[in-house]
Amino acid sequence: MIKTLKPLILAGLLTLVSACSDPKSHATSVMLLLDTSGTYTQELTKAQSIINYLLGTMTSGDSFAVARIDSGSFSEKDIVAKMTFDDRPSAANSQKRVFQAAINKMVDEVKSSTYTDISGGMLQAIEFLEETGAGNRHVLVFSDMKEEIPKGHIRDFPINFNGVTVTALNVTKLRTDNVDPREYMTRIDNWRNKVESSGGAWRVINDLDHVEELLNKD
Amino acid sequence: MTFSEIMAIWWPANPGVSAVIWLVIIILTMWLARTPAHRAIRSFSLIIRNAMRMTARSVTALEQHLRERNREVLLATGMLETERYIEREFHRVEDVVTRDLSGYPSLQRELNDQITKIDKDYREASEVPPMPQNYVDVIRSVSNIQGNGDPMVTRILGEIQTTMKHNSEKEIAEFRRASKERHSLLKTMMPYWRNLTKTLVNVEKKIVGLEDRSKVIDSQIEKYEQIMAKTNLAERVLSSSAMTQFFTSGLVLLIALLGVYVNFQLIALPMSEMVGGSSRLGPLRASDVAALVLVFFEIVLGLFLMESLQITKLFPIIGSLDDKLRKQMMLVAFVLLVIFAGIESSLAYMRDLLAADREALTQSLAGVTVEAPEFRWITTVGQMTMGFILPFALMLIAIPLESFVHALRTVIGMAAEFTLKTLAFLIRQVGNLASNIGHIILNTYDLIIFIPLKIETCVRGKNKTKSAQTNQQKSSV
Repeated sequence: MIKTLKPLILAGLLTLVSACSDPKSHATSVMLLLDTSGTYTQELTKAQSIINYLLGTMTSGDSFAVARIDSGSFSEKDIVAKMTFDDRPSAANSQKRVFQAAINKMVDEVKSSTYTDISGGMLQAIEFLEETGAGNRHVLVFSDMKEEIPKGHIRDFPINFNGVTVTALNVTKLRTDNVDPREYMTRIDNWRNKVESSGGAWRVINDLDHVEELLNKD
Repeated sequence: MTFSEIMAIWWPANPGVSAVIWLVIIILTMWLARTPAHRAIRSFSLIIRNAMRMTARSVTALEQHLRERNREVLLATGMLETERYIEREFHRVEDVVTRDLSGYPSLQRELNDQITKIDKDYREASEVPPMPQNYVDVIRSVSNIQGNGDPMVTRILGEIQTTMKHNSEKEIAEFRRASKERHSLLKTMMPYWRNLTKTLVNVEKKIVGLEDRSKVIDSQIEKYEQIMAKTNLAERVLSSSAMTQFFTSGLVLLIALLGVYVNFQLIALPMSEMVGGSSRLGPLRASDVAALVLVFFEIVLGLFLMESLQITKLFPIIGSLDDKLRKQMMLVAFVLLVIFAGIESSLAYMRDLLAADREALTQSLAGVTVEAPEFRWITTVGQMTMGFILPFALMLIAIPLESFVHALRTVIGMAAEFTLKTLAFLIRQVGNLASNIGHIILNTYDLIIFIPLKIETCVRGKNKTKSAQTNQQKSSV
């Protein structure tokens, strides 16, 4: 009897041990990149509502960061707010209030940048997501996706998007896109290729009224 | 080589003729191999049929064995239950006898006293005072006597009349006094009579109660006797009772499970404040697991409490404990349950606070002015009360659980019996089917080779006729 039970007990214990491992694998981490170049700053109020929505849906253990995309975005100085929400829901709620205040302040005080270093922002986001070790990783880019890099900055190298879902939000059409829509298509396709070729997933959401599926949480 | 190539092997230019040649070859081969082929088909179908019959017989034997076992278990359980019932009824009768009829001597004494008093009063009241003499006629006669003007006579007659009147009044007064006294004696008897009636009614009630109990005991004894005699009626009654118990207790357990769910929902959120909201145990959140553990622990405590109170008998070891130890265990279980109910109540309060905080945050994120809702305290109090009461309500799960567990054995046994019976029937049918298919194959075989078969029959017929004729000639010679 005991001999029969032994493997069962062992299997049960192993299952329990394996089930207990990697407590962070179910957590979600999100980095939202905000384009602050040119006239796109006028769109930031829309981004604010997206941030508030995300703050409402994220739970304890999730990580959230918001960073600016400006002339040189691969810098910690561009991170507006960054938090991993506390295990206790009450503490997490307090953190969310602080986060919201920081975003409100940034939106009020934001200044337009000359260039748009999206790749630098992406690199910064990937680094942040790696650090959190979360199972679900998202980069949300609130931009027209037109990259303009200052002279001397090197960004033409592949970025590892493996396991990351990149979502371009509110990709506005530029004046030149209206003249030749192919420019818009090419711009989007270039980014899609860049993300998907390095193992990431790519989405574009322009209708901000339907952001419920933004984070496919476990 | 494809099928069409094989078909056209005899006459490639004309596949139709080739196919006919094939057909002839096949028919001839089949005709030649008819007897061994028939034997093979027959024996094959027979093997399957016999194997199936043997299997069906084994399954039927197993089913009968299971039925016997189920019957034994059912009767044993029924016997045990009836014994328990009869024992409880006897305990009740004993209680009535000890409580009420143990005071029977004093009751008898009381009745005797009351009867003596009533008797005494009755005796005293029975002495009827003598009726006063009829003075009226005498006085009237005296008044009618004429004095003839003699003052002396008139005076004497007057005095006689006065004396007579006085005596009459005195006797009437005496008679009235004696009657009054008699009435007052009769009046004092009334409460004794009432007491006596009341006492006798009480005795009657107790006796009737005992009579009812004895009727119940009689019916149970009858049931017990039937179980002892292992009658089919007893088995049917017990099976039906088990099925009813199974469904009823199953329904109650289902409702209880919903109660468990409500209880879980009440404490799952605040538990995340205690054990953390992000850690997980497999696919489940640690806070959810902790909440479930708490709820299940309360149920277990409830089970132990019910067991210690001897309401349920799921754990015989608890029932067989020393009374003192059992009472201590009951006390410990109750105290722990109260503590857990308190914890749950405080968790419910915390849940309300967290919900309010989350609501405020959501409103703030949505850009709406935060307003504290009016009468929020009602939900707070409601949740706290529910948190305190639910553990005690869940304690009652023990009763339907016991019924369910007991009925489950019978129901599973019956289901297994039915399955085995159906299986045996199906296996037997498969055997019959194999036999019938064998017959069909044999007939089809003969149908395919019916031409050579017909020729063979004709030839044999002719040969038979010839040999008959030859025999006839020989015999005539």
